[in-house]
Amino acid sequence: MKLAALQKAVARAVMQPLTRNERMRRVGPRGEKMHAYAARYIKPNDRLSSFERLEIYNRQYWFRVLGGLAEDFPGLRAILGGQRFESMCKAYLTECPSRSFTLRNLGAHLEAWLRKNPSWMRDRCELALDMVRLEWADIEAFDGEAKPPLRSEDLHEMDVPNLKLSLQPYVQLLELHYPVDDLLLEVKHGDDTSDFASNAVQERRKRSKVRAVAKLKPAQIFLAVHRLDYSVYFRRIEPEEFALLSALRRGRTIERAIEMAFRRSSVLPADRAAFVQHSFQTWAALGWFCRPDENKRGGKPREKRA
Amino acid sequence: MPANRFNNFTDYGIGIGLRATHYDHILTRKPVVDWFEIISENFMIDGGRPLHILDQILEQYKVVQHGVSMYFGSAGRPNREHLRRLKDLVKRTGTPWVSDHLCWGSVDGRYTHDLLPMPYTFEAAKLTAHKIREVRDFLEVPVAVENVSSYAEYHVSEMTEWEFLNEVVERADCGILLDVNNIYVSSRNHNFDPLTYITSVPADRVAQIHIAGHSKFQKYILDTHDHPVIDPVWKLYDRAIQRAGHTATLLEWDDSIPTFQEVHDEALKANRFLAATQLGVAV
Repeated sequence: MKLAALQKAVARAVMQPLTRNERMRRVGPRGEKMHAYAARYIKPNDRLSSFERLEIYNRQYWFRVLGGLAEDFPGLRAILGGQRFESMCKAYLTECPSRSFTLRNLGAHLEAWLRKNPSWMRDRCELALDMVRLEWADIEAFDGEAKPPLRSEDLHEMDVPNLKLSLQPYVQLLELHYPVDDLLLEVKHGDDTSDFASNAVQERRKRSKVRAVAKLKPAQIFLAVHRLDYSVYFRRIEPEEFALLSALRRGRTIERAIEMAFRRSSVLPADRAAFVQHSFQTWAALGWFCRPDENKRGGKPREKRA
Repeated sequence: MPANRFNNFTDYGIGIGLRATHYDHILTRKPVVDWFEIISENFMIDGGRPLHILDQILEQYKVVQHGVSMYFGSAGRPNREHLRRLKDLVKRTGTPWVSDHLCWGSVDGRYTHDLLPMPYTFEAAKLTAHKIREVRDFLEVPVAVENVSSYAEYHVSEMTEWEFLNEVVERADCGILLDVNNIYVSSRNHNFDPLTYITSVPADRVAQIHIAGHSKFQKYILDTHDHPVIDPVWKLYDRAIQRAGHTATLLEWDDSIPTFQEVHDEALKANRFLAATQLGVAV
């Protein structure tokens, strides 16, 4: 048997969902008897059948990937509940298995998948989607690229009326329907406390998470997920800040971005200059601006080489 | 023997795996450690704390890269993005060699994130060796392949695991990361003599040795890296260094990780065997 064919056959068994009791299914997705299927490829030994040996890998696969998603999305788990979250993860991973060499990217398509499969979120769609977006932004902000920061001398070289500022790739901007930042911090705080907590303490913690989710009321917020000194922070920002930063990220000039930020703003025209100045000072202090790419900077064309 | 072309003529001593739970201890106490092994994939990222920590570690310690998802034995071509990021990391760490597993784990771009055992066939050996050469040529550092723990064997296999290992490394002209715990685990799961395995490996190709603990279940042993090294594994280690000499040795501890000192003390037990072995004696 050719290597590629063998690997496809074994991978199909390894990646097929487990039973409710976390065992390998006796019947495969195409109706095949898995005992016979395993026996076709795997040798038995004096202690384990072919089925049991293949099952070790089937179980390891699911424990590993489910563990990865549970670690990355504790907030979504709190919203959906443990059992529903696990069932949802199994469905997601069955349709969207990992296509990356790193487990870090396991949840990269979860938001898009949930939008196509909203029944997993029941009547908490917006809340769950907000949380997934925040938790993915958290991952991106944690290890996203940091480009060289913008220096004041960089500004001198730029054409001010058409000035474009680039945001650090790790800065994530979110418009959310619920204050899920507070909820996620509460969930994470609960998870960070002692690993040696008693069952009673864990039960109280679980109830507290459920209460936190139950009492969460919709409230539009704008968030910048960023990092400072290598730690990730959730910073609430004003709608005008969000609009301005989003416009800059889309490549608009500062002039145009400011114009867009105040289109439907409640900030009085007289206060806008101070608002803009204060915002830019804050963002610069947080290191959110980076030097634009040489080839995107514009200005004088470079000499062609002979 | 310990310094050879497969570990870039280095003589690294006894190291431990760099794990997040020990970062604070290492950076504040600056313990004396011969070297750290990092899981490459944990640092093949664009920025942030992991790379910042790594840079601080690199200022004070020697670091060797160990991968978990190159899947030399997968039938498909190497992932270009993976290779590019791995090479960037190689440049950053200055690792004298890189290692990854003699296994497969991806099919048609889908990843199992597991170290699945190879069918020990000539076709698989040829393809795997070709891929190892391709990766080594791209990375421009020596590559060592590690024998994995396994829980299953295939009907199609045409040779033993150690014969397959030898076939691959000869064809690829690469080094071996000899994991003596994995040999022990697989020997118990597949009923073979682990000493036969150890004595069949070409000693002059051993670039590095892994030691670790494992978990026993009723019908099989699982390679869990969550216990101290047991005596039978130390005996295999002893035999391995009698053959290969004072080879760079690394203790893996990945789950239920104790304090830094406990992990390091466990690794340093290797000194007992190294002291009793004459340098560079091949048997």
